[in-house]
Amino acid sequence: MTEVANSPDSAGAPVPSTSRGGQDSDVILDIRNLKVHFPVRRGFIIRRQVGAVKAVDGVNLTIRSGETVGLVGESGSGKTTIGRAILRLNKVTTGEIDFFGEDITTLDGSKLRRVRRHLGTVFQDPYGALNPRLTAGRIIGEPLIVHGLTKNKQDYEEQVGQLLETVGLNRSMASRYPHEFSGGQRQRIGVARAIAAKPNLLVLDEPVSALDVSIQAQIINLLDDLQSEFNMAYLFIAHDLSVVRHISDKVMVMYLGKIVEVGDPDELYNNPLHPYTQALLSAVPLPNPRMERQRERIVLRGDIPSPLTPPAGCVFHTRCPIAVEACKGVRGPFADNEGGVPDLREISAGHWAACIKV
Amino acid sequence: MNPTAHKTDLQFPTDMDLDGTRPLLEVRNLRTSFFGRGEEVRAVDDVSFSLKTGETLGLVGESGCGKSVTALSILRLVPEPQGKILGGEVWLDGVDLLSLPDEGIRAVRGSQIGMIFQEPMTSLNPVLSIGRQLTETLEIHLGMTKHAAKDRAAELLNMVGIPDATSRLLDYPHQLSGGQRQRVMIAIALSCDPKLIIADEATTALDVTIQAQILELLARLTDDLGTALMIITHNLGVVARYADRVNVMYAGKIRESGSADEIYDTPRHPYTVGLLDSVPRLDRPKGSRLKSIEGEIPDLANLPTGCAYRPRCTYAVDRCAAENPPLAKVGDSHASACWEWPRLAEEQGQTVVS
Repeated sequence: MTEVANSPDSAGAPVPSTSRGGQDSDVILDIRNLKVHFPVRRGFIIRRQVGAVKAVDGVNLTIRSGETVGLVGESGSGKTTIGRAILRLNKVTTGEIDFFGEDITTLDGSKLRRVRRHLGTVFQDPYGALNPRLTAGRIIGEPLIVHGLTKNKQDYEEQVGQLLETVGLNRSMASRYPHEFSGGQRQRIGVARAIAAKPNLLVLDEPVSALDVSIQAQIINLLDDLQSEFNMAYLFIAHDLSVVRHISDKVMVMYLGKIVEVGDPDELYNNPLHPYTQALLSAVPLPNPRMERQRERIVLRGDIPSPLTPPAGCVFHTRCPIAVEACKGVRGPFADNEGGVPDLREISAGHWAACIKV
Repeated sequence: MNPTAHKTDLQFPTDMDLDGTRPLLEVRNLRTSFFGRGEEVRAVDDVSFSLKTGETLGLVGESGCGKSVTALSILRLVPEPQGKILGGEVWLDGVDLLSLPDEGIRAVRGSQIGMIFQEPMTSLNPVLSIGRQLTETLEIHLGMTKHAAKDRAAELLNMVGIPDATSRLLDYPHQLSGGQRQRVMIAIALSCDPKLIIADEATTALDVTIQAQILELLARLTDDLGTALMIITHNLGVVARYADRVNVMYAGKIRESGSADEIYDTPRHPYTVGLLDSVPRLDRPKGSRLKSIEGEIPDLANLPTGCAYRPRCTYAVDRCAAENPPLAKVGDSHASACWEWPRLAEEQGQTVVS
C-alpha cells in the first residue's frame, strides 16, 4: 500500500509496523491466539471460580491498512467480545493484540489513551450510544478535546462543523440534542464521533442492524465513502451476512468463540466449505421467491450451546449435519480439554476452514 | 358459519372475490389514528385487504408504516385513549370484529385469532410456568378441565418441537432459549385451533439459523392445520419464501399489493423498488454501491400533500403533490398506488432484460 493518508504522524503515534522484522508492513492489527474468558464464580461467602465462559478462544486475525474485515456469527459467538478486546473494553485472558507492532493488551493510563486515539468505534444502538444531555457538537468534539487535537475554540468549532458535513449532516445541527435526531441521523453522529480523532481502525459493531432498511443503505454507503476518503481499516461485526458480503474484503465466520472459516467474500459465499457457514448462508432469507422456493434449506438442529459448557470435541458437532464419530475427538491447537475446533486449514488460496470433513 | 351477514352492496375489488371463495379476513377502509399534543397521527389510513383460509399474507414495511397498528386494530388492541379506530370494517368469517361487544372480541382473541409477537420474553409472563400459560388459554377458551388441558399442552409443546414436553411444562420462560420461547408462543397461538395467526416480527429478534427453524415450523404447522397466516415484517426476505400475497405499506397506506412473484419480480411502486435495491442482495452478484432511498421516514403527523412517498421518490412528478394516487390495478392480482408506474415498469423491464 502507498502513502497512508492518516497514518499516525510524529508525536504520540504507535510504533509503525515496519519495526517488526520480516512482517507484512501493511498489517496494522495482528491478533494472535486471543482468549477472552469470563470467570464464573459461585458461593456466598467464599466465592470461588467454578468455570469460565470462553467467549473468545484462540482467535488469530490480521487487518491491513484500509481493509475491511467482516466478522459474522450468531449471538454468543464472541464476535463483539473480539471488538471490545481490541478497544480494551474487556480484559484479555491470554494472547497478543499488536496494533502497529505494539502489544496493546497490557497498556494502561496515558499509553492506552495514546493508542485509543487511533481506534474508533461505532456501536449498534444509536439511542443508547449518545449521551442525551450533551449536544451533538459536544458529543462529536469530545475526542478532539480528550486527545488534545484542537488549538482553540474557533478551531474546535470548525472541526466539529467539518465532521458534521463529512457524515452528511448540517453544521447548524451541532447545538441540537440527540432526541431531536432520527435513528439514521444519530448513527451519523456516532460515525462522526468515531472518526473525529482520525483513527486508523474503526471497530463497527452492528452499526446498521438497528436501522430501517432504507436508512441502512445510507449508512453503509457513508462508511464506504469515508473509508476511501480517509483510508481507514474496518473491523465490521455483524450478524447480517448480506451486509457483510457487501462491505468486506475478507470475511471470518465465528462459532462459539472460534473462527471456523475465513475467505474473501466472493469465494466464501459462492463456495462455503464449513458446514456451519453453509447452514448460515442457506438460512438467510432471500428477497427472491423463485430462488427461495427451489432452495434446499439446511436447518440446524437446536440452539447454539452454552459457552459455559461447550460440547467436547468439535464445538459444532452437536448441530452439524455431516458430523462423524471422529468429530467428537477433535481437539484444536488451543483447546485444553473440552470444546475446540480442528485447525484452520487452507483449502484453496486464501480460503481457510476448520473442519476435518472438508 | 354465517355467509350472509354482510356482502350485499359492498364490492371489494380484489382477485379474492373472483374465484368465488369468501375471504376469511376482510379489512375494509380501516382507519386508526393516535392523538397527542394536538396532533393527529394517521397510523393506518384507509387500508383494505383480504386473506383466504390457508393463505399466507406478508405485510411489509419500515417502522412507522402502520403494519403493527393494522394488526392491533384487527384485534382491537389499539391502546386507548390515545389510539382510536376511526372507521372501516374488519370481517372475520362473517362477523364484523369492530362492532362486537368487549366480551365478543375477547372470545375472538386467542381462540379464533392467534398472535405471536416479536419479543417472546415480554409476551410471556415471567412468573408463570409455560405449562400454566398454555393451559390457561385452553381452560378459558375451550373450557377444558385442568387434567385435559395439561395433556393437550404437552401435546402442543411436542408439536412445536420442544423435546421432553411433559417435564418442560414446569419450566419458566427464563429457563428457555429465545428460539424455544418463540416455539412456546407458537404453541399458545395454535392452542385453540385458530382460523388466523398473526405473527408480528416473530423472528426479528432471533439468530438467522433459529429464524429459519421458526419460520419453517410456522409454515408447516399452518399448512397442516389449514390456518391462515399473516406475517408482519420489515424484512422482504422473510416473506419471499412463505407468502402467497404481499402488501407493502408506507406511511399508513398500502402502496403495493400483489402475489409474491409480482412484488419481487415486477415491482410497480418506486418504494418497493427502493426497498429491494437498498439491501445488499445475496442472490445477485456483489455490487459496488447500494442504491439507497434518500431522506428520512416521514413524520406521520406532518405528511406532505399528495403522495407521502413523494419527497423521497425519484419518479415524482407535479401530479404527485396534488393528488394522492389510489391503489389501482396494474396486473392480474397486482395493484400499485403510483401515478408513474408505467414509466417505472418500462425502466424495470429494461433492467430485467439486461
